[in-house]
Amino acid sequence: MTAELVAPAPTGSGGGRLSRRNLAALLPTLPFFVFVAVFLLLPTIIVVVGAFQDRYGGFTVHNLTILTTGSVRSAAWWSLSLSALSAISGGVIGGLLAYALATAKISGGLRRVVVAACSVLAQFGGVMLAFAFIATIGRTGMVTALIRSWFGTTIDTTWLYDFKGLVLVYSYFQIPLMVIVFLPALDGIREQWREATETLGGTTWVYWRRVAGPILAPAFISSLLLLFANAFSAYATAAALISQSNPLLATQIRGALTNEVTADTTNTAHVLALLMVIIVSLVMTGYAVLQRRASRWLG
Amino acid sequence: MTRATGPLPDAGRRPRDEMRPPQLRRRRRRKQAIFRWIVVALVMLFFAIPMVALLDFSTRLRNGTRNWVSWQPIVHLGSDDPASVEIRAGLVNSLWLVLVTVLIMLVLLVPTMTWVRLRVPALRRPMEFISLLPLTIPAVVLVVGLAPIYRIISNALSISSIWLCFVYVILVLPFAYRALDAGLDGIDVKTLSEAARSLGSSWTTVLWRIVLPNIRSAVLSACFISMALVFGEFTVASLLGRKNLQTAIFIVGQGDAKTAAALALIVLAFAVVLLFVLSFFATGRRRQNQG
Repeated sequence: MTAELVAPAPTGSGGGRLSRRNLAALLPTLPFFVFVAVFLLLPTIIVVVGAFQDRYGGFTVHNLTILTTGSVRSAAWWSLSLSALSAISGGVIGGLLAYALATAKISGGLRRVVVAACSVLAQFGGVMLAFAFIATIGRTGMVTALIRSWFGTTIDTTWLYDFKGLVLVYSYFQIPLMVIVFLPALDGIREQWREATETLGGTTWVYWRRVAGPILAPAFISSLLLLFANAFSAYATAAALISQSNPLLATQIRGALTNEVTADTTNTAHVLALLMVIIVSLVMTGYAVLQRRASRWLG
Repeated sequence: MTRATGPLPDAGRRPRDEMRPPQLRRRRRRKQAIFRWIVVALVMLFFAIPMVALLDFSTRLRNGTRNWVSWQPIVHLGSDDPASVEIRAGLVNSLWLVLVTVLIMLVLLVPTMTWVRLRVPALRRPMEFISLLPLTIPAVVLVVGLAPIYRIISNALSISSIWLCFVYVILVLPFAYRALDAGLDGIDVKTLSEAARSLGSSWTTVLWRIVLPNIRSAVLSACFISMALVFGEFTVASLLGRKNLQTAIFIVGQGDAKTAAALALIVLAFAVVLLFVLSFFATGRRRQNQG
């Protein structure tokens, strides 16, 4: 495996002596590539191969039939729509916040503090975030208690552990991530473009519709794709919030892994993992392509 | 309306036309400032409420009074309280994991990245691609493939949680790589190392006394982001049945949600300090490079 990785290097060098020297130069990079091969590439290969293996190790496509079962289909639907909705809500709100910051002075205190806060909060997923929202709008949460004491009504809090709750909680880390990835694009917008539009008689609407909009569109959509992939790969937040059932693809893998010991004959976890990898890679490829397109004007 | 007054180069109206844009701009500035403060205030409120709620939740009793009883297992971490024992075990594991992960990360990345830049530039793209690969492989997917590998590790070494450090190096790889790459971009590795080599220093000296001191702030930010990620890691540890700080918070939360809320708040405050320091580091460095 390592040989494969290292292989591209000596191309271009023709002579035997030269390539032997090149091989010697490759030696110090070996630890890194061996490590990555064992702990990154090998697990990936195990997932891909395992998805097409029966319990005795033979090749089979029978495993893929689990993709048609009701629970997997509904999990895939939940995962996709949760990722899409939280990407859109995070993208729109985060985009607005990023625009608000882009109009502020670059070295201003407000901007520095908000950007720093966003870089922290974008990492703040997982168990702690789930607890924070349970403490906010759970059965005995702060907001629940406030509403009870102000309006005298007890609100229904079960939605927090449902689809709507996941969208809300995911937005909490999607909004700051959007700010971080979209702000550089907005900073690339030059004041002169607006002035040029005005000089040519364009209104604010024309400026956004014909100048800033088209320039920002690739960056905006690529940011949305990144947010989508981010939500799609997330596991910990949903796992901590909803521990009784497995409504998402990521949490279905938890179920499949715990069942593996007992009765699982179809490598369910591998198939689900493969499905996730394929979707995330497709989305991330789109992200990379659009990012390149965006850097044309906003370099 | 603007269209009519805009592009007419009439001599008499010219001064007024030149007056218009600054006025318009000033009005727009004011509108933007109002918009900015409203948006920032609303979103910050959304960010702040769950944090305040953690504090509120951990201290409020059912009858409306407050006390800090739920904080006791954390404040007296050495006690025999089951929550304390759980947290202590998780915390110790996470501290070791942070230490070992950061060390392996630095030992694997810094020499290799320097060497690749100096001697095998053809490997730079492949190395970058591989280092960023974990971004497209969700941790939960990695776990599926890692389960058999960790079964071997459990048999060959032990079932200790410390071996999670190997996966964690992979998880922090993209972030650490980016930080170090930016640091190495900022210095002229080739000239520096050639100068040192021509003065007779060994490769170890070049690495230890030339490269490392020059990319100090990049190394620090790679360490900070790795620390933050390892302290926050839950997915792999819980699915592989190991114990760290996050699984401890989760387990404590099953029994005593208030103590878990208090703990989450402390860990979060710690992460905020860590990452705040990091982000100011990063912006400071970037400005230095630009200027």
